[in-house]
Amino acid sequence: MSLVNYESAIILTPVLSEAQMQEAVKSYRQLVAEHGGVMVGETNWGLTKLAYPIKKKSTGFYHFFEFQANSDFQALLETAYSRDERVLRFLNLKLDKHAVVYNERKRKGEIAPAKKYESKEGGSSI
Amino acid sequence: MSGKSAQDSYNFNSQQNQVIIKKKYCRFKKHNIKYIDYKDSNFLLKFMNEQGKILPGRITGTSDKYQRKVGTAIKRARFMAILPYVADGLK
Repeated sequence: MSLVNYESAIILTPVLSEAQMQEAVKSYRQLVAEHGGVMVGETNWGLTKLAYPIKKKSTGFYHFFEFQANSDFQALLETAYSRDERVLRFLNLKLDKHAVVYNERKRKGEIAPAKKYESKEGGSSI
Repeated sequence: MSGKSAQDSYNFNSQQNQVIIKKKYCRFKKHNIKYIDYKDSNFLLKFMNEQGKILPGRITGTSDKYQRKVGTAIKRARFMAILPYVADGLK
């Protein structure tokens, strides 16, 4: 089957140590490879503040995968994410051709990397 | 004939009444931007007001096609806790 471009974003709980976080990311990288996917690129924001608390946690590890996979891989990925309790939140997207060009140019450095905005007020305002 | 009420002497087109209407243009058509990244929060902040609400297209001047893309990008950023749903003094 022809490969389709996808982007997957996950937030991991801050409770994890660096090693556990790497291990979680590696397990998903292998999941893509096992099912005939091609990992195009990854970006990691590391431990960043969330705009609002999720599951009583106000920080999290942001990690973004960009890969090509078969069309039936998406459902499998969602079940894997929802079953994994380390993942606070995930977002799987299908990339159109403009998005692929955008990501390509960003990797080449023509576009500045997207940095999360730092909200001015200290604690998260509820 | 001097029954000029205040209403008549008001000159609608006098200099100070004319609000300088800045010619609005769609920045996406002008700079040929085709994809709006939901991770780029500094760029998305330009389309939100102080409380984190999405500004209407008639104010930011963006055309309808790109206004919808901005809307989905902001909603995705809010879902992924990159942007808050409700904020005060966002900028």
